[in-house]
Order: sequence, then C-alpha cells, then structure tokens
Amino acid sequence: MAGTLHVELVSADRLLWSGEATSLLARTLDGDIGILPGHAPVMSLLADGVVEIDTEDKETWVAAVDAGFLSVAMDRVSILAESAVMSHDIDLERAKNDLSRIKSAGVDDDEAAEEVRRLEARIRAVEMAS
Amino acid sequence: MATSLREYRAKIKSTQSMKKITRAMELIAASRIVKAQQQAAAATPYARELTRAVSALATFGAVDHKLLTENPEPKRAAVLVIASDRGLAGSYSSAVLKESERLVEKLHAEGKDVDMYVTGRKAEAYFRFRQRPVVQSWTGFSDHPSYADAREVGDVLTSAFLIDPEDPETGDPEREVDELHVVFTRFRSMISQTPEVIRLLPLEVVEGEEPPAEGEVYPLYEFEPSASEVLDGLLPKYVNHRLYFCFLQAAASELAARQQAMKNATDNAEDLIQKYTRTANQARQAGITQEISEIVGGANALADATAGSE
Repeated sequence: MAGTLHVELVSADRLLWSGEATSLLARTLDGDIGILPGHAPVMSLLADGVVEIDTEDKETWVAAVDAGFLSVAMDRVSILAESAVMSHDIDLERAKNDLSRIKSAGVDDDEAAEEVRRLEARIRAVEMAS
Repeated sequence: MATSLREYRAKIKSTQSMKKITRAMELIAASRIVKAQQQAAAATPYARELTRAVSALATFGAVDHKLLTENPEPKRAAVLVIASDRGLAGSYSSAVLKESERLVEKLHAEGKDVDMYVTGRKAEAYFRFRQRPVVQSWTGFSDHPSYADAREVGDVLTSAFLIDPEDPETGDPEREVDELHVVFTRFRSMISQTPEVIRLLPLEVVEGEEPPAEGEVYPLYEFEPSASEVLDGLLPKYVNHRLYFCFLQAAASELAARQQAMKNATDNAEDLIQKYTRTANQARQAGITQEISEIVGGANALADATAGSE
C-alpha cells in the first residue's frame, strides 16, 4: 500500500521528532516490530531500546527510548516515552563511561540493571545511526 | 533636629536597597514564568497522544482496571497538597493550604480518613507546626518541576492506591487508599491564579476521543502483549502525566504570584522613599530655619548689649 506514515515521537517533556516516514522499527515486550504504511491498528508496550525511523528522503533517525508505548492507527504512529533521546543528542563517550562505571561498581539491584539497559540502548542507538 | 535628619537618611538608604532586591526578584520571577510556560507548552504533545491512547483503550478495550474502578465504600482518601518551597509570593501558599483544609474537612464529614502527602517546604512546615501527620513530603522543585519529580510522586501515590487489602503480604488495610485528591493552583493569567482540587484517582478519562466522523470507522486495535497489560503500563503513565501537569501549573502560578508580590513591594518601597525624602527635607529646612533664627536672635542680643553699654 502506498503512502507514508505520520510519526510522532514524544517524550514527557517535549516533542522529539515528527514527520512522514516510510517505515519504522521498534522493540516491544514480545520482540521487534516493523511498521509499514497500511499496518493494522495496534497498541503495544515498548521495551527499553531503539526506535528506527526511515523517512522518504532515505534518511534514518534513531532514538533511544525508555520503556514507552506505541500506537498505530490509520497510518498514524505515535511513540510515547517518559524519556527518549535522539541518537545525535547522545554523548557516546559519557554513556560508555557511565556503563563501565556501573558495571565495575558491581551493584546488582533493579535500579542498576535498569540503568544498564538504558545506557546500552543509547549506545546501540548511536552505533545504528552511524 | 539634626539627629532625626540622619535617621531619615538611613531609612531612605535601607529602603532603597530593599527596593533593589524586590525589583530583582520581580524580574527573575517574570523571566522564569516564560520558561515555565514554554515547559508547559512542550508537554502538550505528550498529553495529547497519551490521552488519545488512554481514551481509545478505555473505549475499545473495555477492560477493568483498578485505577479506573470506583470503590463503592471509600474509607480512606489521600490528599496531595502542592505548595511552594519559598515564601515571598503573596498569598500563594496560604491559599492552597486553606483550600486543602476545606477539602480535608469535607472528606472527614464524608466519614473518610485522610492521608496527607505534600510537596513544597511551605506546606511541610505548615503541617509540622500544627503537628499533623504527613505520610510523605517532597521538596526542592516547586518552581522548576521536572518530569522525574512528578514520576517519583506519582509512583508513591499510585502504589498506595494499588495496595491490595486481600494480599496477606503487602495488604495493609491501614494504608490502602481509595481515592486521591490533588490540591494545586491553576494558572489562569499573570494576575489570576486560583487554587483548585481535582480527583486524580480513580481515573476518569474525561477528554474522550472525538466521535468518528460520518462514514469513518474507529480502528479496532490489536493489543500487544494484551489489553490488560497495555492498560497496566499506560495508566500509571497517565497518572504521572496529570501530576506533571499540576506541578507545571503550580510552578507557573507560584512565579506569577511572586512577581506580583514583588512588584507591590517595589511600589511600596518607592512610596516610602518618597515619603521619607519629604520628611527629611522638612527636617532639614526646619534645622536651617532654627539656625537662622538662632543667629539672628544672637546678633540682636549682641546689638542690644552693645547699645546698652554705650
């Protein structure tokens, strides 16, 4: 089916990205999901991870998203996340440093695990974008 | 007379430096309101999308969720009071506190126990001074709330609401909350802010999705992993966002109230300076007049004395 997807990527405190896209890739709790124009309406919870948006002019936008929410209806896609960062806003060095610090600290509670997942998503986002 | 002139000059000086301070605070508050309003505007796309999703879910999912269900016999209510960390904002904090007292009284009259949760040092101090128990308080972000702050507060309140009294491990009938009210100040304009009470839980999704246009069919959503799990994930976010909205409104109101209060203080300082300058001038003139009459009197006496001796 022809046409494009209208995508809105919003975090709790601002609109991160919005525009027309040809395809979108995200990770839900059940696994990766790809959205093309004409996709059936779906609502889904996202796992911590990376969202990849391909636009019409062959551009690729990548964002790291903390456990968010995806809804698709009538070629409108909205991705809501309590916090999200575009790959070009991520400080790769800092993310890597933070990650190694947390890992070497050896704290093994839920909070640390969450932080590790978040940082890994960010690093992955940068790597995918480059 | 000379002493009082010096006193007046000292008063003028101290009022002038006070005026500088209040003027600076007025300008700071004014510039931060703009920031607060931008923050509120930036949060609207999320609110719009979230509301759309929740109302779609509530309409089509038709699933029950504890956050949506009304307890037929509510016994315990939680009240969250959003006040400021600092004073110098006119009646901002006391208006919120008064409104919350009214609400507490009303809830007591309905036979409910009330758990207090507060944000802002002013509210904290108010309840501590009156030795009224507060379940939890948060401070330090009243004029620049971030989403993380709202999430922290929201998580505590949501979990208090979700305590299952049947559960032998976590179930504690003493702590289970049946409804949650929030007292905050709505920002209407730069000169008008009104304290307001909303009932946050159980949730009422009021801003429903617009009814479909003629010939248009509502999408039939698939849910992944399942409708109830999506609802589980989404509703707490909705609560947190409503709270965030309240915090932003309260912050804008606080800054506007502070700006207004500081503007009044600056105006008053100007009036005082004018008054003191006038009395100081009067005192100075009186001093001069007295000196002249003393000199004239002295000269006359001297002239009389020399005339008498001749």
